[in-house]
Amino acid sequence: MNKTHDTDNLLTVEDLNIVYEADGEVTKAVSGLSLSLKKGETLGLIGETGAGKTTTALGLMRLVPNPPGRVVSGKVMYEGQDLMQATEDEMRGIRGNKISMIFQDPMTSLNPVMTVGDQISEVIMIHQDVTKAESVEKSKEMLELVGIPGARAGDFPHQFSGGMKQRVVIAIALACNPNLLIADEPTTALDVTIQAQVLDLMKELKDKYNTAMIMITHDLGVVAQVCDKVAIMYAGEIVESGAIRDVYENTQHPYTKGLFGSIPNLDSDEDRLNPIKGLMPDPTNLPSGCRFHPRCPDATAICAKVKPEPVITESGHMSRCLNSLPAALDERQDDVQELKMVAGA
Amino acid sequence: MHKFIFKRLILLVPVLLGVSLLVFAIMSFTPGDPAQLILGENAPAPAVEALREEMGLNDPFIMRYANFVGNAVTGDMGRSYTTGREVATEIFDRFPNTLILAALGTIIAIVIGVPVGILSATRQYSWIDSSSMIMALLGVSMPNFWLGLMLILVFSVTLGWLPSGGFMGWSSLILPALTLGTGSAAIITRMTRSSMLEVIRQDYIRTARAKGVAENVVINKHALKNALIPVITVVGLQFGYLLGGAVLTETVYSWPGVGRMMVDAIRQKDSPTVLATVVFLATTFSLVNLSVDILYGFVDPRIKSQYA
Amino acid sequence: MSNEMTLDKAQTSETEVSAVRAAPKKRSQWAEVWHRLKRDKMALCGLAILTVVVFAAVFADFIADYETVVIAQNLGDRLQGPSAQYWLGTDEFGRDIFARMIHGSRVSLLVGVLSVSISIVLGGSLGAVAGYYGGKLDNVIMRVMDVFLAVPSILLAIAIVSALGANLINLMFAISISSIPSYARVVRASVLSIRDQEFIEAARAIGASDFRIILRHIIPNSLAPVIVQGALGVAGAILATAGLSFIGLGIQPPEPEWGAMLAGGRQYLRHAWHVTTFPGLAIMITILALNLLGDGLRDALDPRLKH
Repeated sequence: MNKTHDTDNLLTVEDLNIVYEADGEVTKAVSGLSLSLKKGETLGLIGETGAGKTTTALGLMRLVPNPPGRVVSGKVMYEGQDLMQATEDEMRGIRGNKISMIFQDPMTSLNPVMTVGDQISEVIMIHQDVTKAESVEKSKEMLELVGIPGARAGDFPHQFSGGMKQRVVIAIALACNPNLLIADEPTTALDVTIQAQVLDLMKELKDKYNTAMIMITHDLGVVAQVCDKVAIMYAGEIVESGAIRDVYENTQHPYTKGLFGSIPNLDSDEDRLNPIKGLMPDPTNLPSGCRFHPRCPDATAICAKVKPEPVITESGHMSRCLNSLPAALDERQDDVQELKMVAGA
Repeated sequence: MHKFIFKRLILLVPVLLGVSLLVFAIMSFTPGDPAQLILGENAPAPAVEALREEMGLNDPFIMRYANFVGNAVTGDMGRSYTTGREVATEIFDRFPNTLILAALGTIIAIVIGVPVGILSATRQYSWIDSSSMIMALLGVSMPNFWLGLMLILVFSVTLGWLPSGGFMGWSSLILPALTLGTGSAAIITRMTRSSMLEVIRQDYIRTARAKGVAENVVINKHALKNALIPVITVVGLQFGYLLGGAVLTETVYSWPGVGRMMVDAIRQKDSPTVLATVVFLATTFSLVNLSVDILYGFVDPRIKSQYA
Repeated sequence: MSNEMTLDKAQTSETEVSAVRAAPKKRSQWAEVWHRLKRDKMALCGLAILTVVVFAAVFADFIADYETVVIAQNLGDRLQGPSAQYWLGTDEFGRDIFARMIHGSRVSLLVGVLSVSISIVLGGSLGAVAGYYGGKLDNVIMRVMDVFLAVPSILLAIAIVSALGANLINLMFAISISSIPSYARVVRASVLSIRDQEFIEAARAIGASDFRIILRHIIPNSLAPVIVQGALGVAGAILATAGLSFIGLGIQPPEPEWGAMLAGGRQYLRHAWHVTTFPGLAIMITILALNLLGDGLRDALDPRLKH
């Protein structure tokens, strides 16, 4: 695990653990999660539904609903401050201002009884020293920025389409020019054509303001299109992470391989997809050893017993698989072919 | 919005006609001959028959109903068999008494119910929550006529602080209004709590928190406005019930309201008065419900724009 | 962006948290409901109280003889306070209040359960037919229901009993009539929600008759909200019975009924508080038990709504 704090890191998360406790059952939603992000960088966080992506995002914002959720341990260093130790007042100053979040479902993430203008100007009023009139003016500018006429500031959310609503949500998120934007499946609830538009808008604005972004998605295509780095989550853990190129072209973890295998490839002449066999484990009753071993095509007897630790190459490519181990132990063997051979064995 | 109100008013007409028909039909089963009742048991048969003819009692049902509606529209609800007074006049004399009691009861219910409900929801599972939920459960389980008697027992009979009935100045309002308000307060508390709990788990509340909105603003501005929309309906319904269904409380406190008037009329077999009071109270109830619908349109922008 | 690359499109509507919670457990639906109800202390408390009340009603004759204790006047002992002989005192005719309360539970439970059953059957059928067939029939039925709903139920019940005369049958009839619309609404709403689901279409496709579909598929599936409404409805009916009896429109003396009993004690409030207090407590505790059970059933039948 990378223990050194890079000074140019905007965000460093170390060993984040989040559980949900209900009816005496403990659900490990996020376990030992570590990641880092530089200014302006985009990280794609990939995983199936239930892998713990949204919980991770809420955890970074300290917004995990409690009860039932609870952050057990972990460090979230943001601009040199540990957010897990910050007071609630400090967190309020950070939310919507330095770190913003875009939620999955635009249909439900806007307050139905407030005008969209009010919802944008509210965040400006909270974090910036402006008059009401100035915030109203700024909120109209924000609407224009996301491609909605400023005159519609007085309209209510139900008067907008889904794509338009997500634009409003983006306007709220970017209104205070945050350094970090967490986008939780921002396009999943939208029509395909609208998805592309919203994604383009986000990319454009992010580049314009040099905002770092964590893009949560289960869409590998979106990641390839938008992200610099990628982290793949399975059952609450990051199983593989690294630069886009490393992970896509030099896939280490069998789960990641499975994900790629379940995508149709126009270039290959395979007749059928190769979906990963089995289902996500019950998070209240996770498998021993490697959490993926019951579904893993490469699993050996030891996988059920030993919990794999993250193995990181020099280029920062991490994999949490026992089969990756020999390669990393032998530091000379950074060679891609070797790794592939070992992983495939 | 005018279109919305207009449409609602139009829809009210068939409902009111239906209500009056229903009550008229029920009351027509009342045994006994009204003409005989008016003239006394020993009246000669021809005289009774003549009065029957005069009163239109020999007409077919539909004719009698049409007459009743025709007269009612012009404010003529018939005359009481027992006092001979115009029933409509009597109702309008008494209605302010019923209205003030219902209004006070509703105010008490809102003042208690809404804050306690919010407090319960925001401190779910705390002792405040459990104790107010138990109180609310007792409140909805208590028959209000019994509560009325118990309040009289404590505050009039034992302590002698407040009058036990009738109308003797403003102090007479306190016990009946409390009696009426308790049940409604309990219902409003439960409704506010569950509505609030529903709302604070909505995505837009999470959005507000993610914007850095302070928790008390999240609750009092973002959540409350949404949570109160269904509560308004319940408050309106309760007000309607207190207006139309305060019969028992008015009886307990010998309160000179319309409900008491109805109960007295039933005892005296004064069917025009019974008919008129029931129709009147049901109409009032429907009008209150209509007002709530309209108010709803003002509070919820989604409904407003539907009719804009 | 290629849509095909999405991993689990089918599950996107589910939030991650709820997916996490939906642990698969195999148990029959009703066993599951009972299992959840068992863990609800308040509901169990309600159930326990209710059991006691039902026992009291069933074995009332063993506890106190109707003719000699409950009905017979004993003017020498009138308005006695609670004592070892008369646990809850005596009423204005010297009758044992405890014995009368025990027998009074019979009327309350009888009217409560029967009138709710009548309105469930009538209201439920109307609602099922309205929801299943839709269109004009639905419109007509529901507009008539609207008219009934426009009259406060206690007012409607009072009007009916005052016109037909005060006795047990009319009382039950009046109370059930006035609560028909709420069952019609509940059943109609749940029928509408399941009418177009695939298993109904499947039944239709294999040639099942409308009657059979309603009876075998629609009604069992709309049972949950009706049960909840029913439990609360029994409470409402008991309250209405007591209220009507209180103003002299319900059970007639000398038969013991809680509302009539406390009405009788009203004029002796100053000297004999127990005559009004105890029957009222009986009403309250019974209603409380039904409300507790009703709330518990609602949570157990639909855990998503649990607060």
